Amino acid sequence: MRGDDAAGLEVVRRLTDLNGQSGIDVLAHEGEGVTLLELWDGAGAVVLVDSVRSGATPGTIVRIDARAAPLPAELRESSSHATGVAQAIELARALGRLPATVVVYGIEGVAYRLGGPLSEPVRAAVGPVAEAVRHEALALVRVIHRPAATTEEH
Amino acid sequence: MRAERGSGRRTIRTDYLARVEGEGAMYVEIEGDVVRDVRLRIYEPPRFFEAMLRGRAFTEAPDVTSRICGICPIAYQMSAVRAMEDACGVAIDSGPIRDLRRLIYCGEWIESHGLHVYLLHAPDFLGYPGFVEMAREHPQIAEQGLQMKKAGNTVMTLVGGREIHPVNVRVGGFYRAPRSRELDVLIEPLQRARETALETVRWTAGLPFPDVRRHPELVALEDPGDDYPLDLGRIVSDGGLDIDASEFDAHVVEEHVEHSNALHARIRARGSYLTGPLARYNLAFARLRPVAQQAARDAGLGATCHNPFQSIVVRAVELVQACDEALAIISRYEPPDAPAVACHPRRAVGHGATEAPRGMLYHRYEIDDDGTILAATIVPPTSQNQLTIEEDLRAVVQEHVGLPDEQLRLRCEQAVRNHDPCISCATHFLDLTVSRR
Repeated sequence: MRGDDAAGLEVVRRLTDLNGQSGIDVLAHEGEGVTLLELWDGAGAVVLVDSVRSGATPGTIVRIDARAAPLPAELRESSSHATGVAQAIELARALGRLPATVVVYGIEGVAYRLGGPLSEPVRAAVGPVAEAVRHEALALVRVIHRPAATTEEH
Repeated sequence: MRAERGSGRRTIRTDYLARVEGEGAMYVEIEGDVVRDVRLRIYEPPRFFEAMLRGRAFTEAPDVTSRICGICPIAYQMSAVRAMEDACGVAIDSGPIRDLRRLIYCGEWIESHGLHVYLLHAPDFLGYPGFVEMAREHPQIAEQGLQMKKAGNTVMTLVGGREIHPVNVRVGGFYRAPRSRELDVLIEPLQRARETALETVRWTAGLPFPDVRRHPELVALEDPGDDYPLDLGRIVSDGGLDIDASEFDAHVVEEHVEHSNALHARIRARGSYLTGPLARYNLAFARLRPVAQQAARDAGLGATCHNPFQSIVVRAVELVQACDEALAIISRYEPPDAPAVACHPRRAVGHGATEAPRGMLYHRYEIDDDGTILAATIVPPTSQNQLTIEEDLRAVVQEHVGLPDEQLRLRCEQAVRNHDPCISCATHFLDLTVSRR
């Protein structure tokens, strides 16, 4: 609905085959961020994918270990929602409800026009991010030997 | 935020106003000790969805308009179905389909008020810049907010098919009506949410409020029965308005103003007005369920409330109301014979007004014989409240003009948040600028 804001959704569409494999849940998340706390309740590891606006070159992919530290300030979310991914992570941290592993993949967006399509640079980044998330999720499952969740925020 | 001084002029700017649904822009100009200008600016083309609806089938309006807001999709769906049913000559004013509509709407109120009371508004009164900072020292408040949101989401998911942008609502009713026993799982979380809401009325009533009274014209729906304003009814006000939704256009005008892409609504004969919790509470206190009335009285709120800062208490009372009404509906619910009433399109104009958590939401559609939408008008609550918010803001700035910029900015933000504006509905992206000369 809002151009590059759908980057996470596009990644999730490419990962639906993972759903149910080794306890992995692939979920599209809509609405405001704090509901993420309910989604990842009980999960051993979470991989989040979202579009970001940091001023980097459109299509740039970043990977952040959100368990280690808060998301960088410059990584302002493009979300129009009342609360975003960064706030959800920090709220969970404050409440002791952050999963043991939280990894955030961000795709630098450039076009957020209402009703607009994904921009070309973001479209080009969707495939590589999907593959990176796939490998990471499968590796996490092997490491922790318990259910992991892959969640998308857009 | 940045502040500039020099040549007797001071400018304060923030990049966005936090803790308001979506984002927008606010500009305040002060000369000496006198407030010269207050504007709530809005950037984004607000009529995108109205244009998008033209040429689509009348049955698509609920799902398309639910996309306007991730916080109040049910409000958009309910106003859309009321308007389309009106166009088709159908009225669903009682029975199990209406009960299910009120039930899912209660879920949205619980979810939306839960977010606003505990996570967006409470930090203002407790002295925190945001809910994350508040949660570090008052984790129980944040947990209560999450619990409340979860209870509301559970209702919306069960009745609506999913929690955000529910897919089970249709013109004429629902695609599938739940069986009675399916609703039983909602009882325990709603009972717990009601207890939390009662406790919340008590603690919010004890928060420090500035001594402020405002008297905008208050507008809300009046249920034809004894129910609290929610899903249908005439549009009434304490200024003498008493109209059917079909007369909305005749009494309310939307005007474009230079500083905003959103249209500002005003009552033709008089001017600005206010919809939302304060309006509903003052106009329909007697219609609150007994437990909600009692909670308000016990908290010392009384049957009227004209202090916008106390809207946090009123929202807590409405949380009690929504939880209790949802439980009452579940206890009497019997599934309808069919989940939806047949609605056959005809060339007509239909109107629908319902009470979104933050205020009245009006839809008007013109459809063709085959159900094609020819024209759509959507007037969200924030567009209707915008002038009153600006007036509130002007009064707050004038009263606190001597405060340092940062404190004044926080007061302004709080004054805006009192009304829980959904800028994403009215439009988007908010900056705050205070200019002093």
